[in-house]
Amino acid sequence: MITLFLILYPAVAATLILLFGGERVKQAALVAALVELVVAGYAFYTFQPNATSQFGFDYPWIGTIGIRFSAGIDGISVLLVVLTGLLVPFIVLSTFNRSYERPNTFYALMLYMQAALIGVFTARDGFLFYLFFEAALIPIYFLAAMWGGENRIPVTFKFFVYTIFGSLFMLVALVYLYYQTPATATVTHSAAIADFYNLKLTPEAQNWIFWAFFIAFAIKMPVFPFHTWQPDTYVESPTPATMLLAGIMLKMGVYGLIRFILPTVPLGVETWGKTAVILSVIGIIYGSIIAIRQRDMKRLIAYSSFSHVGLMAAGVFSLTETGMQGALIQMLAHGINVVGMFFVADVIFSRTNTRQLDQLGGITRTTPKLTVYFMIMLLGSVALPLTNGFIGEFLLLHGVFTYNHYLGFAAGLTIIFGAVYMLRMFQKSMFGPTSSRTETFADLTSSESWVFIPLVVMVFWIGIYPHSFLKVTEPAVANLMKYIGTTAVSMK
Amino acid sequence: MLPIVLLSVFGIALLFLGFLKSKAVLLPATLLFLAITIAANFFDWNKSYLYFNDMLLTNNLSMVFTAIMLGSAFMVVALSSSFADDESAQPAEYYCLILFSLVGAVMMVGFENLIMLFVGVEILSVSMYVLTGSDKKNLRSNEAALKYFLMGAFATGIMLFGMALLYGATGSFTLAGLHAYASNGQVGLSLLMYVGLLMLLIGLLFKVSAAPFHFWTPDVYDGAPTIFTAFMSTVVKTAGYAALFRLLSVSFVGVYSFWWIILAVLTALTLVIGNVTAVYQNSFKRMMAYSSISHAGYLLLGLAALGTQTKQAIVFYSLAYSVATISAFGVLLLVAQQRSTQTFSREGGASESFESFNGLARQNPLLGFAMAVSMLSLAGIPLTAGFWGKFYMFSTAVERGQIWLLVVAVLMSAVGIYYYFRVIIAMYFREGAFEPIRVAPFYRYVLLAATILTLGLGIAPGLLQGLF
Repeated sequence: MITLFLILYPAVAATLILLFGGERVKQAALVAALVELVVAGYAFYTFQPNATSQFGFDYPWIGTIGIRFSAGIDGISVLLVVLTGLLVPFIVLSTFNRSYERPNTFYALMLYMQAALIGVFTARDGFLFYLFFEAALIPIYFLAAMWGGENRIPVTFKFFVYTIFGSLFMLVALVYLYYQTPATATVTHSAAIADFYNLKLTPEAQNWIFWAFFIAFAIKMPVFPFHTWQPDTYVESPTPATMLLAGIMLKMGVYGLIRFILPTVPLGVETWGKTAVILSVIGIIYGSIIAIRQRDMKRLIAYSSFSHVGLMAAGVFSLTETGMQGALIQMLAHGINVVGMFFVADVIFSRTNTRQLDQLGGITRTTPKLTVYFMIMLLGSVALPLTNGFIGEFLLLHGVFTYNHYLGFAAGLTIIFGAVYMLRMFQKSMFGPTSSRTETFADLTSSESWVFIPLVVMVFWIGIYPHSFLKVTEPAVANLMKYIGTTAVSMK
Repeated sequence: MLPIVLLSVFGIALLFLGFLKSKAVLLPATLLFLAITIAANFFDWNKSYLYFNDMLLTNNLSMVFTAIMLGSAFMVVALSSSFADDESAQPAEYYCLILFSLVGAVMMVGFENLIMLFVGVEILSVSMYVLTGSDKKNLRSNEAALKYFLMGAFATGIMLFGMALLYGATGSFTLAGLHAYASNGQVGLSLLMYVGLLMLLIGLLFKVSAAPFHFWTPDVYDGAPTIFTAFMSTVVKTAGYAALFRLLSVSFVGVYSFWWIILAVLTALTLVIGNVTAVYQNSFKRMMAYSSISHAGYLLLGLAALGTQTKQAIVFYSLAYSVATISAFGVLLLVAQQRSTQTFSREGGASESFESFNGLARQNPLLGFAMAVSMLSLAGIPLTAGFWGKFYMFSTAVERGQIWLLVVAVLMSAVGIYYYFRVIIAMYFREGAFEPIRVAPFYRYVLLAATILTLGLGIAPGLLQGLF
């Protein structure tokens, strides 16, 4: 029932805010999101680290054709539920110094988005997953296109068409899988994800299903060469929407890889997995190099995110336990870091009205708080030991290296490149002489500090004691790996 | 059966009501008549009867189709309140033609004999020709009516010829007779039967505007008064598909291997032509015309993959499509009327361009929302009825293993998003210097009902289950 609450409650809260939100709509949205955080935290706290799905809810939805409203939290989704619960309140809090036109709609859309995201991460029915996967797109599209920058209409539209296009192929694959499941006495077929895992698919079918799923998820993450929608969308969207996109939404893609592709089509993965890893590694290097050349802070972070996500995809396809664990913990870590970084960019933009690095500089003279928080988020991003990024990247690189030494080496370049573009951004914006725009730069307000504090806590918590998170995912990942190993053999 | 009798009687009654001085009574009377007919339609629920010497069948399926068409007609009529203001309009005639045309539509849904099909098609078509040209002072309307009539007559001729050939081959006009002949194990089937079937299909495909028999559609949709375009694109299409479904699933299921490939190729053609051409339209109304061609393609997809799911798929799709289309035309009607003096477009139809929707959502949130939901539904985005409609159609194709056709459909769905979203973008993201639009309370309820229905079926598509 907790899962059902986590899905439905934000949607109900959003509807109430949309209809009745008055003067204090920001506060109402924050309270709503905090309640969700408390429940998600409770779910995490009471979660039994084993391979089962917990807090489940199951209801026949379209009875006769076997589609069920079935959701639950297992070791793979638990971190993402926590991430979604954690980030949304702070994304809401990050808007407290801004005023948006039609705030009711704005905050309602954010909460609708949260409902859909939780739905994606907890769905145990293939079509339910698809439904939430698509439904998440509508609020973010409106958020980006209604409150975004000047060029928002074509950019967000491209994003929308691109992702829908990818998902439609996933829909075809899902329908195909659905028809492959055996009929039972009560229903003709089943759409339960667990039933998809038990299918004996031919190698040909596995190959095309692999691509049908992979394209959908690769666009969402995005993986090279499906990434062209991403930087512009990140830049043109209002910062809270960018945070949702980069912090949570792109994890839908990585999650999909783990949830669908690996267990359902292991032979397809065997045939095409290497291609996927190579594409991901190209994305890692390509994204980093472009990030180094960027002058716009938001665009730089967008490309860095593209590069980091490539590493996650490579880790997943390395088919090692460490790689998989790394991908899961890195999803959590990256979500925290990227939201922190975008918030830094937003704070700077709100005071100087620019994000261009060459128009900034010298901010650190007047801003001890911002400097420290910025530095900590940055160190997390460049994977300094004792920060959250280190744990994820270490495990991921270990996984990719085990898979293939050369690819592991190439992927490892991300650490060097990451340090280059991140430190350059820090240096250009915070040090050096002040510019006319940064002379009177005010330090963080208390509400802004409150966005950073929990993020910083999480950076160190994961960095110093990752065990509290890894132990939760470990049984599920081990089970998954064992399963992939045995089914791939049995299918041959 | 009851609907046919009632609709005929009410139609004549409406003509007499037209003698009254006041036009105000016509609209409520028509709505009342339609409501009575909808209720009476379900009188024989769960029973199956044959009427008129076994010419007409009523069963649950035919009743559900009839209900969809009557419901669509109810909403269209409810949105037609502006007739009362128009001096030159002849509402009594319009409404009675709508009721008469529904008689034809009901016949097409339940025919058991090709002659009944033909009579139904003609009753429906002739009413439509007249309604298309009902805006007598408008040249485009006249042209559209003439075009529709000439081409329609031609299609009718081909269809009739096909029926004659079928009779020649099988010696029967009844569906059962055709079935007995066509299921005869494929040996010694007369060539005449195949040719006859093809010609019959051409006639019906023309009526539902499937490519390559779609050329009349854009001009006719564009030229006809918007309210009748809404009627045409919902009721006529539903009736046509119900007829095609009956014909193919009852009589010619034995020669599936012959016709499925023809339908599959036409499906692909219809999808591509409808969707790609819609992208290039500057007028919203013409876009809707091409979009209706593309939806003909999705419906054909289910027929080409005739299977256990097809019945459900066609019913659901027809309903989802009808509701969304009526809602879209309903909003267009208001926008076109009230923003006509404020914009100009090169299409000539002053305010049917996409620009006339600029900023609509800000000034009229309800209209914007209704339109957005209907566009999302037509585009097949989840949480709307249209998604499940497409889902069922895709399912039938997967069940039959027609993956190549499905890939075409999927690609074209993505193209569809492009033009449906142009309206959403105009309404929500562009600024428009227009006055807010006045919406009559009743009109508002109809739009609201359509929107709720679309969303309700999108969230709980199972609601319809067990109905047929």
